[in-house]
Amino acid sequence: MNTLWVAVVVSSLGCAALKVSGYVVPARALQRGAVQRIVEALPVALLSALIAVSTFASGHHLAADSRAVGLGVAIALVLLRAPFLLVVAGACAAAAGAHALHL
Amino acid sequence: MAETAADPRVGAVARRRIRNRALAIALSVVPFGLSFGAVSVAAGLTLLQTCMLSLVLFSGASQFALVSIVAAGGGLGSALATALLLGTRNGLYATRVAELVRPRGWRRAVAAQVTIDESTAMAVAEAEHGFATRAFWTTAALVYALWNLSTLAGALAGRGLGSLSATGLDAAGPAAFFALISPRLRVRHLRLAGVLAATLAIACVPLLPVGSPVLAGGVVAALAIAVARR
Repeated sequence: MNTLWVAVVVSSLGCAALKVSGYVVPARALQRGAVQRIVEALPVALLSALIAVSTFASGHHLAADSRAVGLGVAIALVLLRAPFLLVVAGACAAAAGAHALHL
Repeated sequence: MAETAADPRVGAVARRRIRNRALAIALSVVPFGLSFGAVSVAAGLTLLQTCMLSLVLFSGASQFALVSIVAAGGGLGSALATALLLGTRNGLYATRVAELVRPRGWRRAVAAQVTIDESTAMAVAEAEHGFATRAFWTTAALVYALWNLSTLAGALAGRGLGSLSATGLDAAGPAAFFALISPRLRVRHLRLAGVLAATLAIACVPLLPVGSPVLAGGVVAALAIAVARR
């Protein structure tokens, strides 16, 4: 089994286990304040870190390239309250354009 | 939660409202599913692997994060840990759904699989009217169907496209994530968590193995904000 299949299978089983945990672990254990505060902040924190790294990192190097142009357009479109599809399509189009121009 | 509204007309109105809202929510995941499918195959996953993630993992942020980190050349461990940590919130949702919907036996296993942002939000919203169970299952079924169909469509379309950077698909993940978290960035402590996580992750890029800066920045920032709010 190659690495990608390991990633697909293990992440699927792990996320299923997390969902099941909420049904079998006593609610009191998971609804404690500290657990809730951490779990509330985790998605925003992880996704923000992922946005930054996916946009500005190439391996161990940092660079502002066509992906940064895409993210800039995405942020502008979100601030303009554009629908999700337009945000993603606009970002991809801008990034593809910037890539073609060797930005 | 009792499903029996005393007045049958009230029930009919509620059923229509739930169906319409669930459909609107399910349609809203279609663009995300399309982008995930396209990015996943462009990142090197097969069509089958891409569809397996949507069928079995069934959690958009975890799926997209896994694929993004693998595509960037990140290690398996960081990719898995990030995907799993993004899945922890579903465990918390499950505690709410367990109280509101009370699935029993085999239904519990199915309910767990489809306990996600959308189905939980609808169950919570309809709980005061006594329709949590119907809202949960209707939303779950529609979102599951449309998420998987749009993943397949995106993956089929993505196969014909070129490399991630030439198509601009390397900007799809960041754009989708920003659109996804933007409502939460209006909350001050969550915005702080986001800025701190992004800054820490960028600072770690030259120092840590590829893939782990996301994990390090995200976890440290989430813990720091949680501790600061005590």
